[in-house]
Amino acid sequence: MHRRMRTGERLVAAFLGGCVLFNYPLLSLFDRAASVFGVPLLYAYVFVAWGGLIALMAWFIERRGE
Amino acid sequence: MLGGGMIVAVSLLYLGLLFAVAWWGDKRADAGRSIIASPTIYALSMAVYCTTWTFYGSVGRAAVSGIGFLPIYLGPTLVMALAWFLLLKMIRTAKANRITSIADFISSRYGKSHLLGGLVTIIAVIGIVPYIALQLKAVSGSVTLLLGYPEIVMPNRSATLPVAADISFWIALILAAFTIVFGTRHLDATERHEGMVAAIALESMVKLVAFLAVGVFVTWGMYDGLADIARRAGEAEGLRRLMAAVPSGQGFTGWFSLTLLAGLAILFLPRQFQVAVVENVNEEHLRRAAWLFPLYLFLINLFVLPIALGGLLHFAGQGVDADTFVLTLPMAERQEWLTLLVFIGGLSAATGMVIVETIALSTMVCNDLAMPLLLRMKRLALDASEDLSGLLLGIRRGAIVLILLLGYLYFRLAGEAYALVAIGLISFSAVAQFAPAMIGGMYWRGGTREGALAGLSAGFLVWAYTLLLPSFAKSGWLPDDFLTQGLFGTELLRPQQLFGLGGLDEISHCLFWSMFANIGCYVAVSLLRAPSAAEASQATLFVDALRHGRPAGAALWRGRAEIADLLALVGRFLGPQRAQAAFAEYARRHGAADPESLEADAELVHYAESLLAGAIGSASARVMVASVAKEEPLSLTEVMNILDEASQLRTYSRALERKSAELTAATRELKAANERLQELDRLKDDFMSSVTHELRTPLTSIRAFSEILRDDPRIALADRTRFLGLIVSETERLTRLVNQTLDMAKIESGHADWHASEIDLKALIEQSVAATSQLFREKGARIELDLPDGLPRIRADRDRLIQVMLNLLSNAVKFLPAGHGRVRVALRPCADGLEVSVADNGPGIRGEDQQVIFEKFRQVGDALTDKPAGTGLGLPISRRIVEHFGGRLWVESAPGEGATFRFFLPLAPPGGEEAARETATP
Repeated sequence: MHRRMRTGERLVAAFLGGCVLFNYPLLSLFDRAASVFGVPLLYAYVFVAWGGLIALMAWFIERRGE
Repeated sequence: MLGGGMIVAVSLLYLGLLFAVAWWGDKRADAGRSIIASPTIYALSMAVYCTTWTFYGSVGRAAVSGIGFLPIYLGPTLVMALAWFLLLKMIRTAKANRITSIADFISSRYGKSHLLGGLVTIIAVIGIVPYIALQLKAVSGSVTLLLGYPEIVMPNRSATLPVAADISFWIALILAAFTIVFGTRHLDATERHEGMVAAIALESMVKLVAFLAVGVFVTWGMYDGLADIARRAGEAEGLRRLMAAVPSGQGFTGWFSLTLLAGLAILFLPRQFQVAVVENVNEEHLRRAAWLFPLYLFLINLFVLPIALGGLLHFAGQGVDADTFVLTLPMAERQEWLTLLVFIGGLSAATGMVIVETIALSTMVCNDLAMPLLLRMKRLALDASEDLSGLLLGIRRGAIVLILLLGYLYFRLAGEAYALVAIGLISFSAVAQFAPAMIGGMYWRGGTREGALAGLSAGFLVWAYTLLLPSFAKSGWLPDDFLTQGLFGTELLRPQQLFGLGGLDEISHCLFWSMFANIGCYVAVSLLRAPSAAEASQATLFVDALRHGRPAGAALWRGRAEIADLLALVGRFLGPQRAQAAFAEYARRHGAADPESLEADAELVHYAESLLAGAIGSASARVMVASVAKEEPLSLTEVMNILDEASQLRTYSRALERKSAELTAATRELKAANERLQELDRLKDDFMSSVTHELRTPLTSIRAFSEILRDDPRIALADRTRFLGLIVSETERLTRLVNQTLDMAKIESGHADWHASEIDLKALIEQSVAATSQLFREKGARIELDLPDGLPRIRADRDRLIQVMLNLLSNAVKFLPAGHGRVRVALRPCADGLEVSVADNGPGIRGEDQQVIFEKFRQVGDALTDKPAGTGLGLPISRRIVEHFGGRLWVESAPGEGATFRFFLPLAPPGGEEAARETATP
C-alpha cells in the first residue's frame, strides 16, 4: 500500500514535470536553428524528453513488483 | 498489379480476417478464456486513438507546422501519467454502476437524468460526425489514389459526383455493415465486446507496423537517414522553418490548447471511454498500459517529420496533398507491396475508429435517446409479455447506419475545405465539453443536474457557433459574410473573433470561449441550489469510488418487489434465457437453490437494475425497475445519513462520548453510594456500640443491687426498699431506652405508624405541661405559659407531638437550677405555621454543642448536674417527628443564659385547612 502511494505520487510528479517540459518557456529554449547529430534541435529535444518521460513512467510503474 | 479488383479483394480479405479474430475472441470469451486479458492488448486497444488522422493527417500537419502535430500525442501521454487516478476512478465507477457509455456516466452521476443523458448523446453524435467524415475522407482518398496507380492523381475536389457514384458513400455503407456485424450481434448486459477489442488490438499492430515500414523506407530507403533529410530540408527554402520554429502559425497558445484538448479527448472521446473503461477486463492492466500506450504514440510519431520533409522534398512543386504522403511516397517509388501495406494500415486506422466510435455512439443513442422516448409510450411499458431485446438491437443498428450517413453528409458538405487534422480538432473541441461535468462530477459533490445541463448546453452552443458553423461557412455551404461580418452583421459576434477576441487560432479561441461558458454555467448554476437526495447519493458513489468500505448502491434503496416481476422485466430487455441465467448466477452466489427461492430485497433489486442499466442505460433502468418495484423514496437527510461515512463516524463517536460520560457519572454515583453505605455502616456500628453501652449502664446497676440483695440477707428493710426502688427505676429506664431505640429505628426506616388529625396546639401544650407539672414541683421550678387563643389548628399526630413536648419539657427541667428554675412556654403564629418555644434559665449550651445534642446518644455533660438521666434519644426522635410534619426543631442558646428550644410546624395544606374549618364551624 505504501509503495502504491509512492508510485502514485511519482506519476503525478512525472505529469507535472511533463507539463513543464512540453510547454513555454522551456520549449522556446530549443526553438533554434541548430542540430544534434544532424537532427534538428527542437525535434531531438521533444522526442528525447518524451521518450525519457515514458521510460520514467515505466520505471515508476514496473519496479513495484521487485 | 494494383487495380480496382485487387484493392477490393485485399480490403475484404482483411476485413474478413478481422471478423475471424473477433469471432474467435468472442468464442474464447464465452468459454471463459479471454484472449484480451493482458495489459498489452489493453494498451493496443487504447491505440484506437490513432486514426487516419494520425496515419495520414499527422504528416500533412507536419508539412505545414513542423512539430505542431505533436501536442495531440503529448497531451495523452501526460494524462496517462494520471491514469492511475483518473481512469481508475472512471473504471471503478463504471463497473460498480454498470455504466456503458459516457452519456450514461454523466446522466447517472447527476441523479440518473434522462434529459442530461440525451443532451450528452446529442453533443457526442454531432461532435463526432466530423471525425467520422475525416475517416471517410481519408479512406476514400486512399482508394481513389490507389485506383490511379501508377499515376499519382489527386482526387478531384471541384467535381461533385452523384451520391451513388461516390466511392465514400459506399465505403460508409460497408463500414456500417461491418460494424453492425461486429458489435451488435447480440445484446450484452455489460456492453462488452471482447472479440471487437481483439480485432482492434490487431488493427493497432497493423497500422503501427505499416507506418513504421513507410518511415524506415522513406528515411533509409529514399534518403540516407534522418540527418540527410534534415540537411536537404535545411537547404530548401521554406522547409527550414519547419524544423525550428515551434508550431509556426499558432504560437505557444495553440500548442497548449492542443495539448489540453488531446488530453481531454483521451478520456472523454466515446470510443476511448469504450475501450479504456467499458472494455477494461482487469483494472490492474491500467498500470502497464499507462506507459505502453504512450510508448505506442511515441513510436507511431517517430517518422512523421522525416516523411513530411521527404515528401515535401520529393514532390516539390507537384501539388501533391501532404495528407497523402504516407501513401504517395511508396507509390512514387513503385513499391507495390509497401503501398498495399500502407493502404491496409490506413484502412485499419479508419475501421478501428469507426467500429468502436459508432458502437459507443449507438449504445448512447439507444440507451439515452431512444429508450427514454420509448418509455414515454405507455403501451410499451405496460405490455410485459413483449421481448424487447430485438427492438434494442434494431435501434442500435439503425443508429450505426445513421451516424455513418451523417458522417458522409458532413464529408460532402464541409470535408473538402479542411485538412484531416483540422476536421479532427473540431470533434476534439466538442468532446472537451464533457470535461467539466465529468471531472467536476468525479471530484465535486456539489454539481447538480441543472448545472451540468447548463454547462454542457452553453459549451456546446459556443462550440457550434465558433467552430462547427464556420466550418460550413468555409466550405461555402453557409454565406461567407457570416464569418467576416458576424451574425446579423454585428462585428462583436464574429464567430472566430467573438466579442473582438483576436490573436488566437480558431481552436484556442473556441476552447477559451466554450470552456468559459461551460465551466461558468456549470459552477454557477450548480451553486444555485443544494444537491437533491438522488444527486447526493449518486455524487457519493462517484466521488468516493476509490474509497474502501463505501456504501453500495443497494444501501440506498428501500422498498418492495416481486422476484417474478423483476425476472420478467430483465427478460424483456435481455431475453428470457439470459435473464434466467443471470438470476441463477445471483442465486448461486447467495447460496440459494433457485432464483424463485430468493428474497426480492434491496440487493436483488439493485442487481436487476444494474443488469438493465447495461442494456438500456441507468436512467431508463431506474424508470423500468420503478415500474415493477414499490420504492419508498428516501429523503435527503436519510440519504446523507446512509452515505456520509464521516457523519456516521461522528455519530458513533458522539454516542461513544455520551456513553463514556454516562459511565463516568454512574461511576461517580456508585462511588458516592458506596461511601454513603460505608458511612451508614459506620453509623450503624456507632449506634450499636452506643446502644449496648447505654443498655449496659442500667443493667450493671440492676445486677449490682440484685447481687447485694441476694448475698446479704441482713440488709435493713429501709435499704432493701431503696435498692428495690433503684432496681425498678433502672428497669424502667431500660424499658424506656429499648422503646425509644425501637421507636427511632421505626421512624428512620419509615415504618412508624402516624395518625394525623386536626390538633389544637394550645390544648396539646397545656396537657403536656399538666403531665410534667409534678417534675417542676419536685425541682421547685416555675412554669410560665404564653398561649394565645384563636390560633388555627394544624394537622399532625397528637401522641407524637405530646412526646415532643414532654421531651422538651423534661429536658428543660433536667437542667434547671434547683430552687429558682423558670421555664417559659410560648406559642406564636408566624408566616405560614405556628412556632412553639420552650425557654429555660439553665446553664445554656455552647455553640459547638448545639448540633451535637440532636445526634443519637450524644448527651452534653454538664458540670453542675449529675449524669443526665436521659437516654440520648429524646431530641433526635423529637426532631424526626417535627420534620415528619414538615417543620423544624432547633435550639437557641448561649452559655449562662439558658437555652430556648423552638419548633415550627406548618399549617395544614389547603385541603386540610378546609377540612379543619368544616369541623370547627358546627
